[in-house]
Amino acid sequence: MNTLIFRTAAPFLTALMLLFSVFVLLRGHNEPGGGFIGGLIAASALAIYGIACGVTAVRRAIVFHPLSIAGFGLLAATIAGILSLLAGVPFMTGLWIYPHLFGVEVPLSTVMLFDTGVYLVVVGAITSIALALEEREVD
Amino acid sequence: MAAAAAGLTFLALCLPFLGALIAPVVVRRLGHNAAWLLALLPGFAFLHFASLLPTVAAGRVQLGGFDWVPSLDLRFSWLIDGLSLTFALLITGIGTLIVLYAGGYLKGHVDLGRFFSFIFLFMGSMLGLVVSDSFLTLFVFWELTSITSFLLIGFDHHREASRRAALQALVVTGGGGLLLLAGLLLIWQVTGIGAMSNLLKAGDIMRASPFYLAALILVLGGAFTKSAQFPFHFWLPNAMEAPTPVSAYLHSATMVKAGVYLLMRLNPVMGGTMAWQTILPAFGAATLLVGTLLAIRQTDLKLKLAYTTVSSLGLLVMLTGFGTDYAVEAAVLYLVAHSLFKGALFMVAGIVDHETGTRDITRLGGLRSAMPLTFATALAAAVSMGGLPPAFGFLAKEEIYAALAQSSPAAIILTIIAVAGNALMFAIAFAVALKPFIGPRTETPHQPHEAPPLLWLGPAVLALLGLLSALFSAPWHAYVSSPMASAVGGKALEISVSLSPHIGLPLALSLVTVLIGILVYWQLDRARFLMSVVLRAFGPGPDRGFDGFIFGLVRLSHGVSRLLQPGRLEIYVTVTFLCLAAMLLIPPMIHGELPAMPAWPNLQWHEATIFLIAVIGVTAVVFARDRLTAIVSLGIQGFAVAVIFLLFGAPDLSFTQFMVETLAVVILALVMTRLRLSPSDRRPPLARIAHAVLATACGSGFALLLLKVTQAPFDLTLTAFFNQYSKLIAHGDNVVNVIIVDFRGTDTLGEIAVVAITGLAILALIRIRAGGERKLATNDPDLEEKLGFEEGMEAKR
Repeated sequence: MNTLIFRTAAPFLTALMLLFSVFVLLRGHNEPGGGFIGGLIAASALAIYGIACGVTAVRRAIVFHPLSIAGFGLLAATIAGILSLLAGVPFMTGLWIYPHLFGVEVPLSTVMLFDTGVYLVVVGAITSIALALEEREVD
Repeated sequence: MAAAAAGLTFLALCLPFLGALIAPVVVRRLGHNAAWLLALLPGFAFLHFASLLPTVAAGRVQLGGFDWVPSLDLRFSWLIDGLSLTFALLITGIGTLIVLYAGGYLKGHVDLGRFFSFIFLFMGSMLGLVVSDSFLTLFVFWELTSITSFLLIGFDHHREASRRAALQALVVTGGGGLLLLAGLLLIWQVTGIGAMSNLLKAGDIMRASPFYLAALILVLGGAFTKSAQFPFHFWLPNAMEAPTPVSAYLHSATMVKAGVYLLMRLNPVMGGTMAWQTILPAFGAATLLVGTLLAIRQTDLKLKLAYTTVSSLGLLVMLTGFGTDYAVEAAVLYLVAHSLFKGALFMVAGIVDHETGTRDITRLGGLRSAMPLTFATALAAAVSMGGLPPAFGFLAKEEIYAALAQSSPAAIILTIIAVAGNALMFAIAFAVALKPFIGPRTETPHQPHEAPPLLWLGPAVLALLGLLSALFSAPWHAYVSSPMASAVGGKALEISVSLSPHIGLPLALSLVTVLIGILVYWQLDRARFLMSVVLRAFGPGPDRGFDGFIFGLVRLSHGVSRLLQPGRLEIYVTVTFLCLAAMLLIPPMIHGELPAMPAWPNLQWHEATIFLIAVIGVTAVVFARDRLTAIVSLGIQGFAVAVIFLLFGAPDLSFTQFMVETLAVVILALVMTRLRLSPSDRRPPLARIAHAVLATACGSGFALLLLKVTQAPFDLTLTAFFNQYSKLIAHGDNVVNVIIVDFRGTDTLGEIAVVAITGLAILALIRIRAGGERKLATNDPDLEEKLGFEEGMEAKR
């Protein structure tokens, strides 16, 4: 699998897939997509990068340990739920705000934070498994 | 006023736990003198309970508590009547003295702070136990006393004997606690009452119930193990491995009396029946005899006292079950007397041990001039234990004989046993309290001298109290004995026995007792020799039986683990799929719920093509020559299914399926490269056929289930709800996503937590493999265990 073509194409492919995964995550509320699918796409992107360029490169590229990313995602999702408590409504009730950024109305919500959390958990957990399995040098 | 008193009671219940919290800090600052400060806590609690005496003596009770789970009628609540008040006074009063004594006894010990913590924890648990009103509180504190006594008995945890004794006490009393739990739940179920204060009025319902005997046996299982009744008595003498302050506290007035407390508490509810009046006196009498006979044989001061504690507990159980008002009064008097003299004698034994370096009665003698104060204390306590005037023990014994002296055959047998037991206890009392102090001075490991105040204060106060309570018996009975006897008897009882001379049968029996006692004391060495010959003839006792029981239990659990956890993935997977197939296929067949034959769908040509691809993928999996081809073929089948989802209007599901299939292929391929497997499948034909049958069974089971589910009429309520409100409430058009992140968001939170934890667990598994590849490759659980053990040993070094 370690051909020159694959190794050259993999970084671009990974970048595109990561971008696409974020796109899928964000559009998920109204179109097919969402945090879970987005996370899976991102995880496959990182897996491809890992197969092509080695685990070390992936670890360097994502900076944090994959499980830290998963943990952060879990934290974000929990905070999204707790924010509703602070606002005086039941746990996990969606809160929405509509700020205007550069003249465009951007709907933001705790639901989005929650979905981002799902995305990060999926990316982190699967990548950590995949990377650990790819890491053959430690044997 | 009442509310303030209730608040103070709650505070008094909390004080010991507060002590447990601060003890290590205080000890670090003040050393062993911290005992003076720490003793204030139980002291305050004692004063509070003492202030309740007039109220309770007037026949009132204090009830208090807090709701915990009101919907289930679970409360933390307490009931203070004559019985629980006397116990509370004993626990806090003797507790105060024990704290002081422990400060002197364990002076300079490294873990003194921890010791105080444990003692306070135990004190709090015991106090909670005796004042508990609701069954729940009672049970929780009951088990807490087992756990804290485990900590105390195993305090010298570097000695194996200590650890064994602690474990034994925990297993026996904790196991009894489970019986008690079952008994309490049964009572709760039968009467619908979960609190002692109400149960006391519902004795008739309980006694008439067909479950009475079952409940009684379960409750007795709890009480007899806790109070060391024969044949569960063996843990108590073993528990003498604990430091002496623990023995003096747990095995005189508190822990072991918990069972007696429970029986006394339940006497108005469950007592008065044939079963109650047969089982209790029978076990009590047996325990009384066994305890005293075993005590004779011992030469260790503490062990002698421990066995007499066993016999005293037997006497108390016997009296509680005898069933007359006199017997109840006798039990009450003897309980108080025993707490006072046994606590004092244990502490004296500890002083002798501490100052001379030995507890062996054959090596001690002539200590009277070196330790006059200890001698006086010991004598005062022994007078009470031997039942001589002018001590409280004398009053108790007179009452015992007055209660037992009836003409029925059972009463005569019990009287004989009581006389014999008391006579032997008389002999032992003076063997412990007189023999080491008189006669010629013997060589001891340390040069003996009088104990410091911290040590003699406790036993002296208790011994003095044993005399004063008899001399001033009228007010003592009015405030302590009579209210307690009334609570135990379930009706107002008045105790009047005093030191004033009263000629009659009880006094005659007392005289006989004393005469036999003196005879045995005189011939103690010969009696000891005789007993050891008799015991050798009997063979191993229940103590050895306990070891055998634990050994068998460990063997059994090893066998079960070996059976259930063979350590081969193959077997786990086979069992899992066997169960799955059985679950999917058997119930529909039994209930005749198999799906109808589905109609042949009208397939478009492109749909048919996709199905064909899926079928080709599965076929390729089955017939693939090497594993990698099989994995990829499985992926083909998965992609085909994903396309089918897409065609039938589930884009989200389809997307997910695509990604999952991709990742599954990648991860499976990675896993395969790391497992030491042959590239192709080399199962013998028979195994292949068996696996094929199993796989077909699982697959067809799922197919049938899905067919059945889809053939049931589909409920559209939820679909309509989500379609209608998805945009309206949750501002999202994608219903699937809105359900995941909004409507059922909490579910998703749980799921992603599972995902994260799974990732963590798998990573750990891979890491272990990476570290110890060689060991796991053989896939032999025993070898792995052994290697892991050796590794652990190396790490220790």
